[in-house]
Amino acid sequence: MALTQEEILADLAEIVEEVAGVDKEEVQLDKSFTGDLDVDSLTMVEVVVAAEEKFGVKIPDDAVKDLSTVGDAVGYIQKNQA
Amino acid sequence: MTARKSVVVTGVGATTPLGGDATSFWDGLLAGRSGARNLTEDWAADLPVRFAARVAVEPSEHLKPVEMRRLDRSAQFALIAAREAWKDAGFEGKFAEPGRLGVMVGSGIGGVTTLLNAYDALLAKGPRAVGPRTVPMLMPNSPAAYVGLEFDARAGVHAPVSACATGAEAVGHAVEMIRSGRADVVLAGGTEAAIHPLPIAAFANMMALSKDNDDPEHASRPFDVARNGFVLGEGSGILVLESAEHAAARGARVYAEVAGVGFTADSHDIAQPEPTGRGVAEALAFALADADLTPADVRHLNAHATSTPLGDLAEIKAFRKILGDDAEDVAISATKSMHGHLLGGTGAIESVATVLALYHRQAPPTINIDELDPEVTLDIVRDKPRALPEGQIAALNDSFGFGGHNVVLAFRSV
Repeated sequence: MALTQEEILADLAEIVEEVAGVDKEEVQLDKSFTGDLDVDSLTMVEVVVAAEEKFGVKIPDDAVKDLSTVGDAVGYIQKNQA
Repeated sequence: MTARKSVVVTGVGATTPLGGDATSFWDGLLAGRSGARNLTEDWAADLPVRFAARVAVEPSEHLKPVEMRRLDRSAQFALIAAREAWKDAGFEGKFAEPGRLGVMVGSGIGGVTTLLNAYDALLAKGPRAVGPRTVPMLMPNSPAAYVGLEFDARAGVHAPVSACATGAEAVGHAVEMIRSGRADVVLAGGTEAAIHPLPIAAFANMMALSKDNDDPEHASRPFDVARNGFVLGEGSGILVLESAEHAAARGARVYAEVAGVGFTADSHDIAQPEPTGRGVAEALAFALADADLTPADVRHLNAHATSTPLGDLAEIKAFRKILGDDAEDVAISATKSMHGHLLGGTGAIESVATVLALYHRQAPPTINIDELDPEVTLDIVRDKPRALPEGQIAALNDSFGFGGHNVVLAFRSV
């Protein structure tokens, strides 16, 4: 059964907290990974790999460059989840 | 001609098998404790050597989860020891003059557990599972770089590599960095985190490790007639070195002066010590000359003495050759009997021990000597610490590494 936006956000926030050391309460849909959450390019790769495993989706490098906000990532995962 | 800058130690930090900081490390040394333990992990079951000297306090007790993820274990140790040394020296936060702060922190092997764990992930799950931080974690300059980032060091961040001489070599190069005027303050030392089945198997197969699996605490016994190899340890030592004038200007507490450095290379064999101790003797002579010390000034030696049959004797012979009869008045300590052999970290924690010995006027003991090798005719401090004389005295710290690297550091009391 497909996950809701809220469920995806909660799981993604946990990943960002673990990988980047950002408080998960800070991880909101309108936050920019690089601008607001200090997630640099290497950290973004770690987030993406962890998200692929967690949600069972493939997020190719071409798609990653379009994921500038948390909302972009949640939307991508929601649309492509198995 | 201007007088050469003198270099002093104003801070120490140590993450060791005897304690998680310099104070508990020192207390452990004076108490004559062993840090060696059985390895209870599943991977150890089939190894020829199933014990080692792990750090007393896991880095996760000090570091944030995100730091634990991003730093190889060797860099974790170095960062913790560097923070301790920095605070101990009376500094807080980033350095006020970044262009005058240097770092000289090496590792013998580098991020070996990161490399091997990443390879395991590659084999098990494919290339996507190899983390994007694998390279910055495994590179042997990673501990130095993280220490530099922490305190904003911009005068140069270097990572000397010379196997088991690494930590001492780093201290020696840091002294030269300050003498040459490139920096006023340098964080110097070494680190190692190689307790993993592959390095253990490799060292065991070169007949370097003690295989006394039934009695780990007793296995490291430098100068004992039945010594049979070293005990692998892990950890880091970091010292804050500073030009004497910089330290005086800010009223810093000074532990000791780093008065001289002796570097030589055996140019004999990739792993075996040169049997006459020629290179070791020359390094001793160079260190004394560089420090302007006579043999009679030297009252303490922290020996390299790893508990191998050949190496321990070669060191003692070289020491007697250079110091002559004055060698008999030197209180000699082989602290690896307690903390094991930290490879690239060892010269650094032994420098911390040597500096604290001068500061507290106590030579730590050598434990586990049941029967002294009859060829060791010098004064080995055994089982209990020994008081060192008052007045201005000097202490030496020997370190030697595979590849034929010899480093002798000469410290003078203040």
